[in-house]
Amino acid sequence: MPEVKVENLTKKFGKGKIVAVDNVSLQIKDKEYFALLGPSGCGKTTLLRLIAGLIHPDEGKIYIDGKLVNDVPPEDRGIGFVFQTYALFPHMDVWDNVTYGPRVRAWGTQQSNKIGREMLEMVRLYERSKAFPQELSGGMMQRVAVARALSAGAKLLLLDEPLGALDAKIRSELRYEIRRLVKDLELTAIHVTHDQGEAMAISDRIAVMRKGRILQVGTPQELYMNPQEIFVANFVGESNFLEGYIESISDESAVLELRGKLHVKVLDKNKSLGERVVLAVRPEAFDVEKGRKKVENAMSGRIERFRFEGTNIRYEVRLENEDLVVVTRPTLAGEWFDVSEKVTVSFPSDKSFVFTYPSKGLREELMTE
Amino acid sequence: MKGLIGPLYGCQADLGRINLSRVGLLKFLDRISSKPAIRYLTYSGSVVFFFALILIPPILGILLKWNQVGRIFEDLGLQSRALAAIYASFGIALFVSLIDVVAGLPLAWFIARGKSRWLNTLDTLVDIPFILPTVALGYSLLLFWSQQEGVSSFFGTSLVSPGWLLVILLHFVFSFPIIVRVMVGALLDYQIVYEEASRTLGAPPLTADRTVTLSILKPSLMSSFILAFARSLSETGATVMVAGIVENRAAFENGPIFIYLVGKNSAEAVFVSFALISVASLIFAVITILGPRLKLPTKKVWPVLERRLSSNSFAMSRNAVAIIVLFFIVLLPSLFVALPAIYAVTNGTFAQALSSAGIWQGYWQSLILSYFVGAGVTLINAFLGLPMAVLIARKRAGALPSTILDVLVNIPLIVPSIALGASMSFFWSNFGFIPEIALLVFAHIAITYPYFVRAMASAIERISMDLEEASRILGAKPFTLFRTIILPLTKYSLFAGALMVFTRSVDETGATLAVISTTSTLKTAPVLLVDWVKGTIKVTASEIGLGIGFLVILSFVVLLVLRIAVRGKERRY
Repeated sequence: MPEVKVENLTKKFGKGKIVAVDNVSLQIKDKEYFALLGPSGCGKTTLLRLIAGLIHPDEGKIYIDGKLVNDVPPEDRGIGFVFQTYALFPHMDVWDNVTYGPRVRAWGTQQSNKIGREMLEMVRLYERSKAFPQELSGGMMQRVAVARALSAGAKLLLLDEPLGALDAKIRSELRYEIRRLVKDLELTAIHVTHDQGEAMAISDRIAVMRKGRILQVGTPQELYMNPQEIFVANFVGESNFLEGYIESISDESAVLELRGKLHVKVLDKNKSLGERVVLAVRPEAFDVEKGRKKVENAMSGRIERFRFEGTNIRYEVRLENEDLVVVTRPTLAGEWFDVSEKVTVSFPSDKSFVFTYPSKGLREELMTE
Repeated sequence: MKGLIGPLYGCQADLGRINLSRVGLLKFLDRISSKPAIRYLTYSGSVVFFFALILIPPILGILLKWNQVGRIFEDLGLQSRALAAIYASFGIALFVSLIDVVAGLPLAWFIARGKSRWLNTLDTLVDIPFILPTVALGYSLLLFWSQQEGVSSFFGTSLVSPGWLLVILLHFVFSFPIIVRVMVGALLDYQIVYEEASRTLGAPPLTADRTVTLSILKPSLMSSFILAFARSLSETGATVMVAGIVENRAAFENGPIFIYLVGKNSAEAVFVSFALISVASLIFAVITILGPRLKLPTKKVWPVLERRLSSNSFAMSRNAVAIIVLFFIVLLPSLFVALPAIYAVTNGTFAQALSSAGIWQGYWQSLILSYFVGAGVTLINAFLGLPMAVLIARKRAGALPSTILDVLVNIPLIVPSIALGASMSFFWSNFGFIPEIALLVFAHIAITYPYFVRAMASAIERISMDLEEASRILGAKPFTLFRTIILPLTKYSLFAGALMVFTRSVDETGATLAVISTTSTLKTAPVLLVDWVKGTIKVTASEIGLGIGFLVILSFVVLLVLRIAVRGKERRY
């Protein structure tokens, strides 16, 4: 049963100048739906192509099912691969595309026909067998690509931005369809995406990648509730970042001094006294009240911008210390605030994260390119 | 007033006037280019030129001589000889093009997919036989394979006697680069993701190449096949050199050699010309119509065999064979002519040549004639072919007429040049007042016409209509649009097309032999060299080598000058 393990994998391009994958180790469990998430150029597609055997690592080992596959060509790795552009063969119709795998493995006509029919019925496109790829809609092409990838009986499905080329609505429908398929057929899936919403919605676990490295691996909840890095806190979900110092530490908590002598209490007590830190608070963790209120972790300011986004309203609040925080509130719960209205924003101590101030600066740490 | 201060500002005033007149000219051209009548006249003029000078004369020529054709059926010996020559032409062309594909595909794959930086050099080397005049190749191969100077010296006897085998070797050498060049380009443009998809579905590399890549690249493969086929069918000068002609009979005779030997004005020549032109056109039409429907076999798969053939060791030996073929069958024999040319520099022939002594006077005249004809033909084809290229690329004449024009323009590419020249000559010989030099130019115009039009048409097709529309909306008149948008974006293709016309004209032998009478003093350089090699007058190997050397070096100089004139590559928009 497919379990994927990579050890100290490194891949460089451009005569070794660009390190696309940098000493990555990772374990993906059997029957797991796993996402590789990161901004474009972070090396997630390279990692997937290394696992598929489409490119060869400079260093490190790749195991599929406990077997070292570094020297095994892609056709013998027992994988299915869905390409971002689908790569449906333009000179073959849907049927020939889907039965291509069984055919090149010479499984016999009867077997090929049986598989072709099963696969196309599974993605509800059996009626379009005679159509050529260019005659299909984007969503249909995507489904044919999945059917084709699974036709050779692969138990490990690799998906490279499989929904990237689709409209938003179809994208969110198809992602659940793919997950259901993977779970029904008891496959292991590795899904590359830059869309954190997509990754959170369908994955059992996610690895967040940046600049060729894996920053954190965890379930969607873990990544959202307990990000280990500033970048993760911003890329999975969204966060406000406020700079400050650890002013005091007690048994339970620590007190931070932010700009303008603003004091807030946080639960993290692993930092040392006087350390320069970054406080991260998610926009949806803030509470907003009119006027000046005396509540825990209160910061007063003025509404600078108002954005109606449908489900939420997004406020930009200029604090008295000149820091700017973004606050989102559900549209249909509570009152709305107007631009230039004086408000107090506050957040619960246990819904914030504290990070050591990055050595290269906060801006650099948050860059996605 | 102006008259008084004029001398004071002489310099400036002059500059101003030049500037003004340039602007005035541009304005004038802009104004007339917007007039429908002028547009109509330009386009129809280029179409009339094409029909009147290129397409109609050969057809009429054959029709005018048609009544004589019957004679060939009375002489059974001649009839069977003519038929054998026609079969030989198509047989050799087909065989050579097939070998080209078999030998060229692995090399193209190796060059396009390999990682070594030496591949760039290899890629350039492949072009050498393409750049060399075919007469140079012909003589070089003759020396290398058949005469004492070449490999034969190791065996004590002629390794390959002039005849069918040497013709095949020659045709392989000059058509092989076409397949490699086109397929390397196609492979580099190809989206490799299809091949990767095939691999992840379980296909070993060879199966993936065969069932996916090659099928998708089928149009390129077909057009390069047609080009190689047509080139083999058409080549005359070098073939004459290696066919082993002794006293008007050749050891091997194909269509062009037959026409060359029996004399262009004979009934037999009409018959063979007609057969070559019509069968070639027929084959081209069939391939054009049926080609897109033709499916390469992709269903059948031999997993065990193809897997074994995909193995590293096999791929390496395949590449090794491809490189050995390139070096020992193509490059070494093609470049062998350099040896006598270098020898000529040391033994005094070179000094003789520079002083125009003896045979050299005629040689220099021929060379000058070749280059003048080449330049003239290039200019005429560029001016009159440009509107045709726009017509085809933008379908200005409507969809169907434009497509028909597109097909017709290709005809000179596919019919044997000596047959085209012979049938043109049948027509023009009825007009005694037309000087021979005009016939020569007409023939060269016809042979080279497709190169410029095709290069420009496909370059213009690549320019998005959006750019043209944006330019018009911003206020550009048709002429300004052409000058500021189309021309800068197609600059490279324009020069590439012109260069092709020029080199083909300088290189041309078939049609030239057909339109010029044997006693004529109008001998172009390659025709003169064919005479030298045939041995009608006593010429030494180092003299021929040097004669070819000058031709080659001058061709390179022209190539280089034009390369510098158009630096960089055209981008795709």
